[in-house]
Amino acid sequence: MVVNKNKSSKPVIEIKEMHKWFGNFHVLKNISLGVNQGERIVICGPSGSGKSTLIRCINRLEVHQQGDIIVNNVELTGDLKNLEAIRSDVGMVFQSFNLFPHLTVLENCTLAPIWVKKLPKKEAEELAMELLTRVKIPEQALKYPGQLSGGQQQRVAIARSLCMQPKIMLFDEPTSALDPEMIKEVLDTMIELAETGMTMLVVTHEMGFAKKVADNVIFMDEGEIIEQNDPKNFFNNPKNDRTKLFLSQILNH
Amino acid sequence: MSEKTYKPGNYPDLPPPPGTVGVYGWIRQNLFSSISNSLLTIISVVLLYYLIDGIIGWFFLDAVFDADSKIACRKIDDGACWAVITRRVGQFVYGFYPEAERWRIDITFLTMFIAFAPLLYPDIPKRKWLLYFSVFYPFFAFVLIMGGYFGLQKIEYSLFGGFMLTVILGVCGIVCSLPLGILLALGRQSNLTVVRTLSVCFIEFMRGVPLITLLFVASSMLNYFLPPGTNFSILVRVIIMFTFFSAAYIAEVIRGGIQAIPKGQYEAADALGMNYWQKTRFITLPQALKISIPGIVNTFIGLYKDTTLVVVIGLLDPLGIGRAALADTKWNGLSTETYLFVALFFFVSCFAMSRYSLWLENKLNTDKK
Repeated sequence: MVVNKNKSSKPVIEIKEMHKWFGNFHVLKNISLGVNQGERIVICGPSGSGKSTLIRCINRLEVHQQGDIIVNNVELTGDLKNLEAIRSDVGMVFQSFNLFPHLTVLENCTLAPIWVKKLPKKEAEELAMELLTRVKIPEQALKYPGQLSGGQQQRVAIARSLCMQPKIMLFDEPTSALDPEMIKEVLDTMIELAETGMTMLVVTHEMGFAKKVADNVIFMDEGEIIEQNDPKNFFNNPKNDRTKLFLSQILNH
Repeated sequence: MSEKTYKPGNYPDLPPPPGTVGVYGWIRQNLFSSISNSLLTIISVVLLYYLIDGIIGWFFLDAVFDADSKIACRKIDDGACWAVITRRVGQFVYGFYPEAERWRIDITFLTMFIAFAPLLYPDIPKRKWLLYFSVFYPFFAFVLIMGGYFGLQKIEYSLFGGFMLTVILGVCGIVCSLPLGILLALGRQSNLTVVRTLSVCFIEFMRGVPLITLLFVASSMLNYFLPPGTNFSILVRVIIMFTFFSAAYIAEVIRGGIQAIPKGQYEAADALGMNYWQKTRFITLPQALKISIPGIVNTFIGLYKDTTLVVVIGLLDPLGIGRAALADTKWNGLSTETYLFVALFFFVSCFAMSRYSLWLENKLNTDKK
């Protein structure tokens, strides 16, 4: 396990007694969670447990109905100005990459910095090339996403988010849509990112990644946070029966 | 033939078996794959031979290209009598636009290609400069065609006719209806109830009424609906109606394109902090328009051909000119030649649009480059 030297006690995300419903379905129940700057959190749980919905609430892709979410000292409300400010500070990587297929890799990376952050085009391109180099695909910059492999696309998506120079990165099952041989290249990129001190919330089933990188592992089931612990204790002596069952199902095969 | 043996992992890429690729392979697979297919091929070739022989004879070999009347034509040969076209080609092209001023139409028509080039071909050199001309072109064309400024003789719109009228109506309708259609499509998807309701009402009304009704409204009633004191010429009123009508169809085609964009695209744009107009400009429209190209061009072609409907409100489109020609006792009964000629003109224009749209689709297809 990597020791996290970047972790501080300065909270960047505070979720207090948050609830969310889809229609009448109570999908998130009384979620309270604090994330400090530089902290890496892995969220796991069976499908339908609300883990994706939880991180999608943090940049308001989903709207919560009760409780508070405070990101970077700004409370998430319907106010559009607040929202755009928070979104340009919070990067997100999706399961299905969601690259813009009509734009080249480079244009994917520079679009938001140029138009949202008002960065001059040349600066944005330099930054994009730097980050594409960091995710090890600078030579693909002028290709279109449809010409890349899944793993390469996901690395472009990570670079695209990083181009906004976010303070927090959200990962929504980033490796679930990938072929096994491509999972490693994406995880390696994420591990490198963690080493730079980025605050990360990762929804994933990659328990190896959790053991190696996470400061905290959260287990969710049926919309609740069931258990939260450092990876060593979480994997070696889980306290809750449901956690035990889940771990036995995903680890023993 | 004995199979060579290779070490595992060293099997070379071999060429396909002979007779399965190339011209010979194609002919064998598509024309002579079985006995019945071979028979059909031979019968079709024989039939085509007689058909094409007859067509070429009537159209060209036995045709008469210049004569004083139909009777004079028939005395020379028994093929098509194209004299009805060649003797009246000026009217077919320019309507009753004064002969001495027809150069103005020629210049407007030729410069139209320069004005469209930067819009249709994004990779054209010096595009930026050409775009300035595109913006300036509508005023240039208006002044040149209508006259009344810079010492140009003023021409009454009632003299317009023929292919020139078709092109004016078609091009104006197409150019105006695309932006209006885009706005309506966005309006229909809007979260603002008032905007959405107005867009839906407009689209459903325009699609629910026959175009010919709208043209009658344009010719007789439109002035009641407009503020008092405004009085557009019939030509402008007809262009407005064509624009509204095809904009409603285009809006629906583009809405289909917008709805085909995966939700993840918007989520990614949202997550990057883009606002509504940025999302619309950079994410929604480029993708939606690309998907909608076949439908949009389909609507354009429909609009272009529908311009012939103006004959019902007394404007002399090519069909009107043709009818006038046929009413002449000299050319009585040559409707086949007349209508084939008009059909050829429409086919050439529409086929060009269709080819352009295929080219554009291929160009924008970023998956296979």
